[in-house]
Amino acid sequence: MTKLTLEEVKHIATLAKLQLSEDEINKFPSQLSSVLDHVGELSGVDTQGVKPTSQTTGLENVFRSDEMLANSTLTQDEATSGTDSIYNGYFKVKAVLENRSDK
Amino acid sequence: MQYKIPLTIKDTQKRLLNKEFSAVELVDNYLDKIEKNKDLNAFITISSEVAYKKAKSIDKLLNDNNTNILENYPLLGVSVAHKDLYSTKGIRTTAGSKVLESYIPVYSSTVVERMESAGAMTIGKTNCDAWAHGASGENSDFGATLNPNNKEYVSGGSSSGSAAAVSAGLSLVATGTDTGGSIRQPANFCGVVGFKPTYGAVSRYGVIAMASSLDSMGSFGNSIDDVETVFNATKGPDGFDSTVRNFEPKPLKQNFTIGIPKEYFAEGINPEIENTVKNAIDIYEKSGIKFKEISLPHTKYAIDVYYIIQPAEVSSNLGRYDGIRYGNSRESFGLEAKRRIMLGTYVLSAGYYDAYYLKAQKVRSKLIQDFDNVFDEVDAIIAPVAPTPAFKLGEKTSDPLQMYLADIFTVSANLAGLPAIAIPTEKNKENLPLGFQLMGPRFAEKTLFELGKIYEKQK
Repeated sequence: MTKLTLEEVKHIATLAKLQLSEDEINKFPSQLSSVLDHVGELSGVDTQGVKPTSQTTGLENVFRSDEMLANSTLTQDEATSGTDSIYNGYFKVKAVLENRSDK
Repeated sequence: MQYKIPLTIKDTQKRLLNKEFSAVELVDNYLDKIEKNKDLNAFITISSEVAYKKAKSIDKLLNDNNTNILENYPLLGVSVAHKDLYSTKGIRTTAGSKVLESYIPVYSSTVVERMESAGAMTIGKTNCDAWAHGASGENSDFGATLNPNNKEYVSGGSSSGSAAAVSAGLSLVATGTDTGGSIRQPANFCGVVGFKPTYGAVSRYGVIAMASSLDSMGSFGNSIDDVETVFNATKGPDGFDSTVRNFEPKPLKQNFTIGIPKEYFAEGINPEIENTVKNAIDIYEKSGIKFKEISLPHTKYAIDVYYIIQPAEVSSNLGRYDGIRYGNSRESFGLEAKRRIMLGTYVLSAGYYDAYYLKAQKVRSKLIQDFDNVFDEVDAIIAPVAPTPAFKLGEKTSDPLQMYLADIFTVSANLAGLPAIAIPTEKNKENLPLGFQLMGPRFAEKTLFELGKIYEKQK
């Protein structure tokens, strides 16, 4: 019986960079636990010596030559067109470092 | 508009060439129908300017009287509605989610580009469960799509709007994606043909990713011919999706054998569903097709494998929506999206990866082996698409697990990368469509189309 605790749910939310509402934090432990219980049935399947499948094409290491192609290049304007939060053609992000230690 | 609306690509093109109507008049017709059927909520965005511009250029082409016109433009004059996961340059693309409610792509997906180059007219973007998470259409952040056959019922999902659009005559064809059944199930619920190609047959480039090892790019139409024409216009490598290569299609045979998987007809099966598949089997037997009982022993684990692998891949793919370069912040994710991201993150996290994700990948191998074994004896497999016909709006929304369990007949084809086609049969007393599906070995699309046409003719 999987029983996710509130702490575990909060931890997963942090890993997933999700902010959960009060309602979600209350609902998720039981909803997620019931799904995990069900899928946990796989532990009963014998997979001794079985190779895992990550995709079904059988292809490996598909390469192309390292060149810029006109039809797969965006202009700077196109690439930054998805947001208004631009400065000098760059995306604006939250400050990573906030305190100077050299003053 | 005094003409009868064409229901197939062949009919549309024949009558366009005969000048019975113009491409512009066709667009008039579809936009009018869409407007009159607004309550279905099948569309999120309607692209009338784009459609008219294309229609005018098609009418000009037709005037220039080119004799090879259909060879060069196999989708000439075909109205297409794209599931809102398909990037369409300059046309809003939302994935059915508030996160992307104002997002306008600066490029189009390969499928969209190829269809346009083949002469198709993009009518609009269809409603879908947000991020393709769902099997009813009720998880769309823009409201559910109603079933055109009976508006108290869901149209199925996640390609809800696309299935409804073709069913209600709002577009001749529509595109969809099928990751765990999201083309076949809504096609089945809405009574139209729904086709899922082999994983790796059609490029996923430019389509908002759900689960990258499972997503398949397919279409809806009123006939087998139509989904085949769309497949032929969109298949093959494009230099962008490295899982697509040129393939040798499985050659057609003279005498087909279809397998009946006993695990798909277990005790307790809905009698309407069972009967309609049995009737299809009778029809096939009358045309000389042989049947054989087969077993896919790991079927009972398919849902578990799917609901570990898919959320895991989803949690990774949805990590890019950070609200920095485009879209709104992650707070705009709906409940189902958050649930799947959480599930996926958990099964991939330290301490749980081996027990869940790695284990699921191993059982996936066993599922694939089940199919490899039976395809030595049969050319295709017949099965129901869903355990019930369309259900009422709100009927299944309280328990996510119940909704997940209903994917039982569709997920195996995605896990094994197989092509499959959903074919409508009849309607029940509530006017809800019934149907069946055929699954084939990888790259056996031709077999499925041929078998589909045999059923169509006999009906």
